[in-house]
Amino acid sequence: MMNQTALAPARDVLVDMYRKMSLAKHNDEKARKVIMNGQLQMIYYSPRGQEVIPAAVSVNLTDEDYICTIYRGTHDMLAKGVPLDLLWAEMAGKATGACKGKGGPMHITHPESGCMLTTGIVGSSMPIANGLALASQIKGDGRVTVAYFGDAASNIGAFHEALNMAAVWKLPVVFVCQNNLFGEHTRYEKATAAASVADRAQSYQMPGYRVDGNDPIEMYNVAKKAIERARAGEGPTLIEAMTFRFFGHVFGDADGYMDPEEKKAAMDNDPFPRYRDWLIAEGHSTEAELDDMDATIVAEINTAVESALAAPWPDVSELRKDVFSTELPA
Amino acid sequence: MSQPKKVTPLETINAALHQAMEADSSVILFGEDVADPEEGGVNGASRGLSTKFGDSRVRSTPISEQAIIGAAVGSAMVGMRPIAEIMLMNFTTVAMDMIINHAAKLRFMSGGQTAMPLTIRVTTGAGFSTAGQHSDYLEAWFAHTPGLKVVTYSNAADAAGLLLSSIFDDDPVIFIENLPGYWVKGDAPVMPIEPIPLGKAAIVREGSDVTVVTYGPQVAVAMNAAEKLSKDGIDVEVLDLRTIVPWDRDAVLSSVAKTGRAVVTHEAVKAFGVGAEISSVIHEELFSQLKAPVQRVGAPSSTVPYSKPLEMAFIPSVEKVEAAIRKALA
Repeated sequence: MMNQTALAPARDVLVDMYRKMSLAKHNDEKARKVIMNGQLQMIYYSPRGQEVIPAAVSVNLTDEDYICTIYRGTHDMLAKGVPLDLLWAEMAGKATGACKGKGGPMHITHPESGCMLTTGIVGSSMPIANGLALASQIKGDGRVTVAYFGDAASNIGAFHEALNMAAVWKLPVVFVCQNNLFGEHTRYEKATAAASVADRAQSYQMPGYRVDGNDPIEMYNVAKKAIERARAGEGPTLIEAMTFRFFGHVFGDADGYMDPEEKKAAMDNDPFPRYRDWLIAEGHSTEAELDDMDATIVAEINTAVESALAAPWPDVSELRKDVFSTELPA
Repeated sequence: MSQPKKVTPLETINAALHQAMEADSSVILFGEDVADPEEGGVNGASRGLSTKFGDSRVRSTPISEQAIIGAAVGSAMVGMRPIAEIMLMNFTTVAMDMIINHAAKLRFMSGGQTAMPLTIRVTTGAGFSTAGQHSDYLEAWFAHTPGLKVVTYSNAADAAGLLLSSIFDDDPVIFIENLPGYWVKGDAPVMPIEPIPLGKAAIVREGSDVTVVTYGPQVAVAMNAAEKLSKDGIDVEVLDLRTIVPWDRDAVLSSVAKTGRAVVTHEAVKAFGVGAEISSVIHEELFSQLKAPVQRVGAPSSTVPYSKPLEMAFIPSVEKVEAAIRKALA
């Protein structure tokens, strides 16, 4: 793990990856806190433990590139650049939210940062990512689309339809499976006949890689390769990033289906502090620099939460708006 | 003056597709077998398009309805106007997640940030012995989902004008074509085709005694019934809705206010159908002016049968519509 100093990107990229991971981690800690203390009632799927993956992917993307993510997706959104204030106001259901409070935590959309879709339906990010990539291919705009999804989504038909079509049409899309070993409460092995999700890429004649999704350098390099391939018009790639979710399926579930020892081992091996220690040990950063960065991020999150909680609710007339392109009569 | 040229809906639909693709390079078309090497669609509706507009904008797809609608949804979000052909209306069942959870809802859930200007062309209808899985009229399912428009036509000229409006509408449209009616000749539209506005019904026969509200292939059935009844001195007004969502309440209510009696007929199963909604609104708005309860005609609560006598008994006949009109007049 992270002994591949020779393969590491430039210092500013390494630090940017840390910043994205720190944002996701501290944001998640705040989300769980405001739910637990009763300040905000929301359905929440914690991505804690998985933040390396979108951090390493996103530093390889431009602002114009697209992502499609899923209900467990705040780490993906923040890594792509969804602003904290819009994210939090949306999670709070407020008029100032990214989607005017009409989508909520499972449906954050922010086209300015390229976050085009957050879906609550397992397996649905991939067919829609193909559509974004198809538009890019026809327009020749050079954009790449990343579809994030979980390991269980590789068992739904839409995964196979989407990968097949993307390969047939050589779409500029990268499929990033965040394999956290569980689909809802069911272990990977109990639900998936394939030894790895990456193996499934062979059926569609595309490269498939299983990597340690908690290793920022390994994750960075595989994402770079796949994104460059897509941008060059050579077609899609399937990446299976192995990881672990620390706080169950939906936040608040009792984890009774998890082996406590396995969970403890995963949390003891938390990729965030490991990466932080590595950055300092290798001389890419200093404790003071990272402390400063974390403190700034925490302050920004706190400000976003405070203003979200104080923001106005949407007007009831919003029920008639955005159903269609023109407002429905009262 | 010479007789107007007679053409089929297949020909006018093909002409409308050509005109739309010529007018706007963001219009793209894909579906099973739609490109010319695959014969321009199993019925030839898209014949000539891939030759004229190229393999990038016109594509035959795998038999993957989820991937087809996913590609339409994603590309519609970023500036394309996709026309997705789902060969038969029953095959939308395979893509319902993409249509209902995504196409219909993404504009609302994103707070109006993502547009959804896509058209899903489907064909269906009993009468060709295509039996239980190739003949259903499922418009009530789509009409019951906020965010979708539902359009159908009763003749060749309307098919072209309504399809053109559907393609250039900024909302997702389910455009229903009638399979047995594909080869029924009618007056040719004036070229270039004029779009027919969505949401506006047409009075196809003026009358003073009773209003028949209908759409699609039942318009011809209602016209035949009206001609028969005229011999008995019964003056029937026939209203072709043209658009099921949004339906033209004003036209329906003003016609029924004039006649005081109404019949609603459609080929879809009567129970829980579109006719129930229209009948209810007429009762709610015009109860005191009605001279009799509104009558509904539709298919029985049966699977579309194969055997010819059963199939003929399934489709609402001229005799059934005539009987319903007589009942409304009783």
